[in-house]
Amino acid sequence: MLDTTTGAGATAGARPPMLEPALLPRAARDAFRKLNPLALLRNPVIFVTEVVSILVTLLSARSAFLGEPWAFQAWIALWLWFTVLFATFAEAVAEGRGRARAESLRKARTEARAKLLLRPDDRTIWQPRDATDLRVGDLVLVEAGDIVPSDGEVVQGIASVNEAAVTGESAPVIRESGGDRSAVTGGTLVVSDWIVMRITAAPGSTFIDRMISLVEGASRQKTPNEIALDILLAGMTIIFLIAVASVVGLASWNGAPPSVPVLAALLVTLIPTTIGGLLSAIGIAGMDRLVRFNVMATSGRAVEAAGDVDVLLLDKTGTITLGNRQAAALHPAPGVDARALAEAAILSSIADETPEGRSILAFVKERHGMAPPALPPGATVVPFAAQTRISGLDLPTGSYRKGAADSLVRAIGTEAPAALRQVVERIARAGGTPLIVAKDRHLLGAIELKDIVKPGIRERFAQLRQMGIRTVMVTGDNRLTAAAIATEAGVDDFIAEATPEDKLRYIRDAQGEGRLVAMAGDGTNDAPALAQADVGLAMQTGTQAAREAGNMVDLDSDPTKLIEVVEIGKQLLITRGALTTFSITNDVAKYFAILPAIFVAQYPDLQALNLMRLASPESAILSAVIFNALIIVALVPLALRGVRYRPAGAAALLRRNLLIYGLGGIVAPFIGIKLIDILLQILGIA
Amino acid sequence: MTLIGWAQIALVLTLVLAAAMPLGRYIAAVADGRVAWLRPMETLLYRLGGIDPSRGQDWKGYALAMLTANAAGFLLLFAILRLQGVLPLNPQGVPGMSSWLAFNTAVSFVTNTNWQAYSGEVAASYLAQMAGLAVQNFLSAATGIALALAVSRAFARGGLRELGSFWADLTRVTLYILLPLALVLGAAFVALGIPQTFAGPVTATTLEGAEQLIPLGPAAFQVAIKHLGTNGGGFFGVNSLHPFEGPDALVTALQIWAQAVIPFALCLTFARIVGDRRQGRALQAVMLGFVVAATAAIYAAEAAGNPAFAALGVDPAMGNMEGKDIRFGLPLVALFTATTTGASCGAVNAMLDSFTPLGGMVPLFLIQLGEVLPGGVGSGLYGMLVFALLAVFVAGLMVGRTPEYLGKKVQAREIKLAMLAVLVLPATILGFTAISVVLPQAASSIQDAGPHGLTEMLYAYTSAAGNNGSAFGGLAADTPWMNATLGIAMLLGRFGYVVPVMAIAGSLAAKPRAPEGAGTFPTHGPLFVGLLAGVILILGGLQFLPSLSLGPIAEHFALLAGKTF
Repeated sequence: MLDTTTGAGATAGARPPMLEPALLPRAARDAFRKLNPLALLRNPVIFVTEVVSILVTLLSARSAFLGEPWAFQAWIALWLWFTVLFATFAEAVAEGRGRARAESLRKARTEARAKLLLRPDDRTIWQPRDATDLRVGDLVLVEAGDIVPSDGEVVQGIASVNEAAVTGESAPVIRESGGDRSAVTGGTLVVSDWIVMRITAAPGSTFIDRMISLVEGASRQKTPNEIALDILLAGMTIIFLIAVASVVGLASWNGAPPSVPVLAALLVTLIPTTIGGLLSAIGIAGMDRLVRFNVMATSGRAVEAAGDVDVLLLDKTGTITLGNRQAAALHPAPGVDARALAEAAILSSIADETPEGRSILAFVKERHGMAPPALPPGATVVPFAAQTRISGLDLPTGSYRKGAADSLVRAIGTEAPAALRQVVERIARAGGTPLIVAKDRHLLGAIELKDIVKPGIRERFAQLRQMGIRTVMVTGDNRLTAAAIATEAGVDDFIAEATPEDKLRYIRDAQGEGRLVAMAGDGTNDAPALAQADVGLAMQTGTQAAREAGNMVDLDSDPTKLIEVVEIGKQLLITRGALTTFSITNDVAKYFAILPAIFVAQYPDLQALNLMRLASPESAILSAVIFNALIIVALVPLALRGVRYRPAGAAALLRRNLLIYGLGGIVAPFIGIKLIDILLQILGIA
Repeated sequence: MTLIGWAQIALVLTLVLAAAMPLGRYIAAVADGRVAWLRPMETLLYRLGGIDPSRGQDWKGYALAMLTANAAGFLLLFAILRLQGVLPLNPQGVPGMSSWLAFNTAVSFVTNTNWQAYSGEVAASYLAQMAGLAVQNFLSAATGIALALAVSRAFARGGLRELGSFWADLTRVTLYILLPLALVLGAAFVALGIPQTFAGPVTATTLEGAEQLIPLGPAAFQVAIKHLGTNGGGFFGVNSLHPFEGPDALVTALQIWAQAVIPFALCLTFARIVGDRRQGRALQAVMLGFVVAATAAIYAAEAAGNPAFAALGVDPAMGNMEGKDIRFGLPLVALFTATTTGASCGAVNAMLDSFTPLGGMVPLFLIQLGEVLPGGVGSGLYGMLVFALLAVFVAGLMVGRTPEYLGKKVQAREIKLAMLAVLVLPATILGFTAISVVLPQAASSIQDAGPHGLTEMLYAYTSAAGNNGSAFGGLAADTPWMNATLGIAMLLGRFGYVVPVMAIAGSLAAKPRAPEGAGTFPTHGPLFVGLLAGVILILGGLQFLPSLSLGPIAEHFALLAGKTF
């Protein structure tokens, strides 16, 4: 049920079906329920359409009652109603998609029983208690097989927890007291060991509760941008009301004014019903896209802000680099055979369980085709010690060591040859870590350990730069190392030896220049920066403090997704702009359909404006109204999916979208209205 | 259309653009208080008014000061017009105006509209012309420019509260820009044959031996400011078509230059104030594009002539010369008409009522597009900036960011105020026209039947609400209904528009100015020029196409079919 697709390109790649057929009957029912005019008041364009529909319905009923021709009026009324219905339907479909996710979350929120500890220091004495009766600050024991009753912080113990109910990821994760992995989420399942947790959320306001209300759109508020757009649409509606109402007077100067149903048709086709009908669906769908991407935003405002971001603060480890230093090259000392160095490197690393050690074995196997042997008999392992920074293996044939250059040279007590010293220096300067390998008292050469930059990340940063977004790498490394990695990854700037205060200061400075900043973080000491950033993406695995400080939580705990979040934000804004442009430019063709039709009785020569050569005035008016209604349904998939977004500079995006939605908006209705007109002729309707 | 005709048009426009460049720079320097060659006089004025020029005003203070100054100007002018019969400098013995006409005229000159429901040479005394109308010609123009400067400053920096001092702006603009320019141009007009005298009318004997009274007056300098300040109110009733107000083609060319140069220059002033020259060029390009297109449309329509006349045996080779003077020729009439309506000037050198339907529709539509092409002095720039905000808002979303113009975010408050401002024009024009063609006492003002009659009424309210002031003709404007409603339309068109615009400026000024980047919407270059032009055209067209269809468009197709009304 849950969409767990993650990783690069998930915005474009993982396209869920737009109109799940199972959701449609419910959406259709909801569409009718949403016809309530009081509810529609939120949407001025569609509200006006509904009022006009009621008016025309009454008028056609009156005509029928009086025995006047009423069929044409009834046709107009029918399609005006369809216009309203299609708009409410669009919103209902968008909400329906979120509702499915909410249902599955509800199932996870089973009414758990909690083991309430009576004394903080004694986990043997507890009382059963309903999860809904827990208060903030209560201490609760959760053991293997128990469901975590509410959100909280681990204060004691360590356990593996299955968080599939929330994240969709079924591989268990470790939760322990202290450190950055102390947050547990209500509804998740402890699968081994035990923890004592302190409750941090009041009943009904847990993370899962918030997720449910979020995806259902229950607490949906209009975003700032949506409000501004709403005002624009309302303003345009008023302008067209004036323009259409004035026709009554203007046309009376030299004849009789057009009938009310005809003017109603003109009004509804002119006011921006297309975008008015789809606007809320676009907003809901944008949020839903984020949810499907396993990111929970606390507000739509945050999603919009993501589109505006100018600066991305990215942690080096795990985001830009793979996280661990890995062997990248072997440099033999002068007069040493490369194979001899490789062999010594293997032997000194067989017993080394650190990621670095394993990376050396993997590297030698790949480069030199030498598979690591089993631990030879009679070997003594010398484990890595922080004091000596040396590890190795003692064999009867000799003792193999590898370690930090200076410590190893000191330990062995020989002078390193100049060539080797140079290699070591060069590696350090380039941001790598040099390890020296020795057999007995012979220095055989150096292993170059490097932070491996994630494949493809450089291209991503280039794209971001094109979009006008600066990337800033944050790392605890020294300047030299940071600069080297920054160059390799292609970020625009870096903060070396970064403390939480540095991050906060950098964000404040950038904001002072008028830039919007996004960052990802997980630790408690990230919380101030997460709160300060315009978009703060907290990791689900992070601390409770971090999760509360950010305005988004990534359930997959993948900081790289910050980039996609920005793209989703942009896509949301673009979709709104594109459909608004399309909606407004559509009016040109509608004028050419309706104006000659309604004035032709007065001025027969205005037939010259009937560019589409529509068959009759009635057919022209009806075709425009039908097109106006159908275009809403036709665009529902686009509104839900969002317009295609490719990272590009603003100028390129604008050119492309203006061409498609601006020019397309002018041309499309000419074709559409003509086709409907032909169809009406074939069907003999008007 | 002829090559030589187009050469004339190109020459005048080139001179406008060439002069706009240094003038725009100069106005920016004046706005900054960096021009000081009349400092003693300036200081004296400040002392007399009790003004501290360095004390900035926020948008409310600025707008309030502007409204106060204009209200005072209105009252003074109203009193002069009512009392001119008993005041000095009245050799012709002109009586005081009726209260409706005085209201209409005072509003008209205060709002930079200069709609004239009277004939200047017979209904206004020399005192009223000089101390009343000409003074307002300066003040209303200076008001417009001051407002444009205030709005420009809102984009200059982030976190601004103050938009400048209205009193200082008004004083500096009048003293350093309008007065010197008017003096030079007025002197040129005197040299070219426009009268400037306090002597009364002269009596002449015509060839037929009849006695004719030829009015004179202090015209030359007033004609200069009439064009420079895009006021448009003629000294004589038939405006620049009068031989004393537009003696020859050279004067007409100078007048075209004068009515277009400040609006074009202000784009560059704006660019200087915001510190990005490309922005001014983009706005200029949009304005120029429309002026050229409109000129071409008028020129083509008039050169094609009137098929009904051709049918009567009139040689169509000359084009439609009805209501035009041979001394100007079609090209300069077309350019004059396009700039006077595009620039919210309202002076005329031909009778619009006699244009072909399409030729007459172009000036009408230019006003309806919002008087921003290039628009009145000041009002053109701030009107254009409102359109730029709307264009940036709709299309700006399509680059995936909250729309920004010059780094200032365009949000709900700005859109609300911009829509409020944009609503003024259709509401006023269409509302009053629709009522007036139905209301018997209003409709009786219309001279012609059929669509042409509708155009006459539509044009009057369009001209008033757009603060243009040109008259289409064929309308008895000096009636209580017309005087009152046209006056209201002028007030709404000026102050109903300006107050929301100032509120936008206040709101934008306070916002931080985000730095420009690859992700920001580019508001210069051909793409934006095309977009802005498209927004103006589509927005204006959508509002007014129904009314135009019932007026000039219906008339045009009827004429093609050989029908007259």
